[in-house]
Amino acid sequence: MNSAQSRLSLLLLFTPFVLWLALLIIIPHIFMLLVSISVKTGVREYVTGLGNYMVFFTEPLYWNTFTRTAFMSISATLLTLLIGFPVAYYIAKLTRGRTKTTLFLMCLIPFWVSELVRTFGWMILLRETGVFSSALQYFGIVSEPIEFLYNDAAIMIGLVYTSMLFMVVPLVTTLDSLDDSLIEAGYDLGGNGITVLREIIIPHAMPGIVSGCIVVFMLSLGNYLTPILLGGKDSLWFTGLIYDQFITRFNWELGSAFGFLLLILSSTIVWAGLKLSGQSLTNTVGR
Amino acid sequence: MSQPTASAATPSSAAAFDLECRDITKNFDQFTAVNNVSFNVPTGTFFSILGPSGCGKTTLLRMIAGFQTPTSGDLLIKGKSMIGVPPNKRPVSMVFQHLALFPMMDIAANVGFGLRQRGVPREDIAKRVETVLERVGLPGVGSRHINQLSGGQKQRVAIARCMVLEPDVLLLDEPLGALDLKLREHMKIELKKLQSEFGTTFVYITHDQSEALVMSDQIAVMNHGQFEQVGAARELYHEPKTAFVAGFVGEANSFTAKVEAINGDAATLVSPEGLQIKGQDASGNLKQGDQAKVFVRPESIRLATQANELDNVENLNQGIIENILFNGANSHILLREEKSGGELNVAIPQTGQFRDLAKGDKVYIGWEAAQTRCYQTEG
Repeated sequence: MNSAQSRLSLLLLFTPFVLWLALLIIIPHIFMLLVSISVKTGVREYVTGLGNYMVFFTEPLYWNTFTRTAFMSISATLLTLLIGFPVAYYIAKLTRGRTKTTLFLMCLIPFWVSELVRTFGWMILLRETGVFSSALQYFGIVSEPIEFLYNDAAIMIGLVYTSMLFMVVPLVTTLDSLDDSLIEAGYDLGGNGITVLREIIIPHAMPGIVSGCIVVFMLSLGNYLTPILLGGKDSLWFTGLIYDQFITRFNWELGSAFGFLLLILSSTIVWAGLKLSGQSLTNTVGR
Repeated sequence: MSQPTASAATPSSAAAFDLECRDITKNFDQFTAVNNVSFNVPTGTFFSILGPSGCGKTTLLRMIAGFQTPTSGDLLIKGKSMIGVPPNKRPVSMVFQHLALFPMMDIAANVGFGLRQRGVPREDIAKRVETVLERVGLPGVGSRHINQLSGGQKQRVAIARCMVLEPDVLLLDEPLGALDLKLREHMKIELKKLQSEFGTTFVYITHDQSEALVMSDQIAVMNHGQFEQVGAARELYHEPKTAFVAGFVGEANSFTAKVEAINGDAATLVSPEGLQIKGQDASGNLKQGDQAKVFVRPESIRLATQANELDNVENLNQGIIENILFNGANSHILLREEKSGGELNVAIPQTGQFRDLAKGDKVYIGWEAAQTRCYQTEG
């Protein structure tokens, strides 16, 4: 009786997870896979094959766009880490109580508005008639309006800004768990700021750094809105290509193949990153 | 800033001490954590600072280590002023309360950390690390992770990590607090041995009086940011200078009483319940009519079943045994003194004579005036 009850409650708790996994992830991906391996030979005529995947490797534009997207995403991740680490260290180690909560909240507040609105905010600042351009003209630094939008720097700003929270949160959590006396012991034994950072703080924060990097990298790679709005039509972002295939070209077969390639290639990059940093998924994201 | 130059001019007088504190004060906003503390620690001694939690001993230690700056006063190590010198440039090392061993490194890397910071060549580091690990009795553990060690072994690694740097002064911040009782007793002896073996000056802070009494050459008893008394363990135990020291170091029965007569050192007091006590004026300033605190150690009270067995005692009373606290060689009885109704803690002499004492028995108790220490209390 009792064991039957506990089995039922376990089943009930398990059901939403299984439904979510099956309906939203496994089943759509199976169908995507099926679509991606059917090559169109004529009107409503398909054969099974890897032709769609071959298109990606034979057409330099697709291949280059992916490389560019991956490279930009890695850069955005590193830049976010570089900016986020001091912020997280300050929040975790140098503030207490109310100040800590307030600062943490300030990192969170931008995420209360939608990504679209946030991106438009940046457009207002960066466009030709925008705030920065007008200010530079007003102070006489430049004579003509400058277009800050529609270049790689604008995409980078947008990506870093969008992902900052996802880097700061895991970093604050791991840095919080670092005992202050370890840092003091480092100084006491003759270490300076750099050696203490390198030998004590970073090794301790490594799981947080890696999990933050994974999340930020995946978010940047899969981001559609920010690169398209801030980078313009020529932003050449891989998700933009997928969108084109599905919506503009109505070529679902190629689009699905691209989707799968994105999944495989990004997983490979994350795996390589984990190997390079000597971490595992279990002790980074799985904590 | 004039003091450091003055002390630098007379290095010969300073060289006898590894550590000197001169009028050190530390204020936090409205609160004075350390109030005008001065002391000297001679080279190669084991110096303890003993006090209840919140007495300012940790703040004092952190100022010596360099993690906090004194509001005023001077701090000298081997005759050199340490004011303005950052912790990584001071010739002191600290064993932290929870040891603060680096979990991201193996033991050899932990012990070698300080040497690496000094730029010692790699082969020398390996050699010196192995030597110091042997000296603390842990040869060949270098490649292990710190989680593979027991509590006592971790303790020794923490000490080795400091001693490999050959500091002038080793600071220890209650490092035995996290150990279980048996291991703590063992480590007390171990620490004392290590100290005499290395010959380094140890400054040890603790709230556990038995740790301080067993290990130290000199003990400073600290309360409310000030040193109450500095002296050897025996001195503190037998001749406490203040009521706080008498109550904090060792066990003691304490009563409040009013001074009725004073004749030199000898005082006659009367407790509120009417019990007459003959004692010794320990603070040296008792006057007739003063309120005083009286301390008698449990082992100073003698027991007897007949009144005539207790001769030469100035204080002779009777009491009824309320409880027997059997603890082997350290057994006590709690008894209620008949006249005043006050509770007394009396140590049972281990001669077998009192083995048959039982609850409810009536016994005679007596103690000498010389072992009854009286201190003036305010108000």
